[in-house]
Amino acid sequence: MTELSKKDALVQYAAQIGDNGLIIGHRMSEWCFRAPALEMEIALMNCALDLIGQARELYTYAAVTQDEGKSEDDFAYLRDEQDFRNLLLTEVPNGDWGDTIVRLFLMSAYNKLFYTALANSKDAQLAAIGAKSIKEVIYHQRFSSEWLIRLGDGTPESHDRVQKSLDTLWAYTGELFTMTDAETLLLADGIAVDVTALKADWDQVVSDVLTQATLTVPADLWPQLGSKAEGRHTEHFGFIITDMQFMQRRYPGCEW
Amino acid sequence: MTEKEWPLWEVFIRSKAGLDHKHCGSVHASDAEMAMEAARDVYTRRSEGISIWVVPSNAISASKPEDKESLFEPADDKIYRHPTFYDIPKGAGKM
Amino acid sequence: MYGDTSIQKPIKIAEPTSEEQARLEEIFQQKIDDNIKIEPQEWMPAAYRKTLVRQMSQHAHSEVIGMQPEGNWITRAPSLRRKVILLAKIQDEGGHGLYIYSAAETLGTSRAEMINQLQTGKAKYSSIFNYPALSWADMGTIGWLVDGAAITNQVALSKGSYGPYCRAMIKICKEESFHQRQGYELLLTLSRGTDAQKEMLQESVNRFWWPSLMMFGPNDADSPHSAQSMKWKIKKKSNDQLRQEFIDATVPQAEFLGITLPDPDLKWNEERGHYDYGQIDWEEFGHVINGNGPCNKQRVATHLKAHEDGAWVREAAAAYAEKQQNKNVA
Repeated sequence: MTELSKKDALVQYAAQIGDNGLIIGHRMSEWCFRAPALEMEIALMNCALDLIGQARELYTYAAVTQDEGKSEDDFAYLRDEQDFRNLLLTEVPNGDWGDTIVRLFLMSAYNKLFYTALANSKDAQLAAIGAKSIKEVIYHQRFSSEWLIRLGDGTPESHDRVQKSLDTLWAYTGELFTMTDAETLLLADGIAVDVTALKADWDQVVSDVLTQATLTVPADLWPQLGSKAEGRHTEHFGFIITDMQFMQRRYPGCEW
Repeated sequence: MTEKEWPLWEVFIRSKAGLDHKHCGSVHASDAEMAMEAARDVYTRRSEGISIWVVPSNAISASKPEDKESLFEPADDKIYRHPTFYDIPKGAGKM
Repeated sequence: MYGDTSIQKPIKIAEPTSEEQARLEEIFQQKIDDNIKIEPQEWMPAAYRKTLVRQMSQHAHSEVIGMQPEGNWITRAPSLRRKVILLAKIQDEGGHGLYIYSAAETLGTSRAEMINQLQTGKAKYSSIFNYPALSWADMGTIGWLVDGAAITNQVALSKGSYGPYCRAMIKICKEESFHQRQGYELLLTLSRGTDAQKEMLQESVNRFWWPSLMMFGPNDADSPHSAQSMKWKIKKKSNDQLRQEFIDATVPQAEFLGITLPDPDLKWNEERGHYDYGQIDWEEFGHVINGNGPCNKQRVATHLKAHEDGAWVREAAAAYAEKQQNKNVA
């Protein structure tokens, strides 16, 4: 294996964080005209705008660092499936409102810890993006925690449904705390976040909210991994980029 | 339609420090937190606010339109409550 | 003591005698003629209330159903910049629907009731949203023509007689000028692009031109509610007047885009100081408004499905709130 340069590692790192934002933002945006109430529709679209906004800043930074004349859109629209390194948790289908809330909660709890740490990065640009994103993800965490509690402690039906969502999605949480080679390399310079160190706090936050929601923390399952480290996705991901990249692939090289 | 609709909340927003909260609409929400967040998501998309009040609509008591005359018109002839009622010569300075 | 004075419920007053009724109606009309806004709890003729609820709920439903044709393109937007613009725009539409539902509820009709009427076909929404959005260019055309037509309407509505509706309209008009501008900018980009992009643009405008003109409703002579609505200042300008305003504003914009509008009779009439235009296909309009357009059934079914899929969620939230309240009491 060829040695990873620091520059390539940084490009990969920024893009990979961006991938998380874009893909979960894509999923949130799929709720348009499908939510249980008009107010909730508007709320999820706000989340989608925040998350896709984060992706844009990170892709732009990756493109600038890479210095090959690329833009945010090259990262979103012209990379292949294996080039995307988003967490699997961000790409699984929306399912019902409960699945969506559980995913948003698990990711937001993670994002808050992650961006808080990233705000201390030695890389000034990443630190700035981290600092700005914290405010957004704190709101997502608040919104999704409250909903998780309403569903968990709502009706017997909602309790059962959301416990099932949690049990199903739990297998994807292991990947949140894995390190790529690029991360390990950049961690040594104080640029990347040590995500393994976020696990204890995350467990605490999650278990606090689940307790309030009268839900049970699932037993640890064999973790589903593969996307973050190698770009090996779920079957669902191909459909995301088929949809997303259709215009750019069909009409290459156009201004939109 | 057996389902009971989430209650209605009136939304008041302070657009910047130094100004009063002003009524700007309503949202449906099952509880106060949800109402607050819905108000934020719906009514401050363009940085219209720095503070929000949400109040259950049914908690507001309003004056009745047919009482308008007896409630408000008696104030109309109490013009001595206004500073312009009084003539102060220019020489007395700003007052 | 104040129990019956909720700000969202019309006050029930004893059925007025016919003499009293006539007096109230006279005072009411005087207020309208003097441009004094009517506010929620004031006395108003039952027909005024009914007309307003019908118009406002139709308007709110249009905003909400209008999210569907555009929403289908969010995941396919060809750049991230366009994607967030489209998302923000559709989100605005949801917001605008909400502002208007909220204003309509001040007349004593709940949102649940209005939505039920939409889902059972008793309430209508703008016929334009029963046409499909088939290409990316449609995202621009909808902004330029459909929102353009809507704004022409809404500016007039913001000067109407019912306070809450006017206030909602003022807010909406302010926000919507971005909608039309982003649409036009999107189309401008296509007009400067490749042949394929230009074709996409022309094809989209060809499809949307006539349906956009239909948005203003039937010709004045065939518009059943218009005269009374004008007298009550629920409507400030007639359908044909607004349609003409829209056409006059739009034709030069089409020329600037370098496209043609699909109407051979469209030409400037020096004498009238307006553009003349061809005959609108009112038969098509009739079919679309009566439920037989390309997407009517799909739009309502999609709305209904989302509503039904969300029932357990709304119930859960309500149940949770009740538990919390009981805890607080205990």
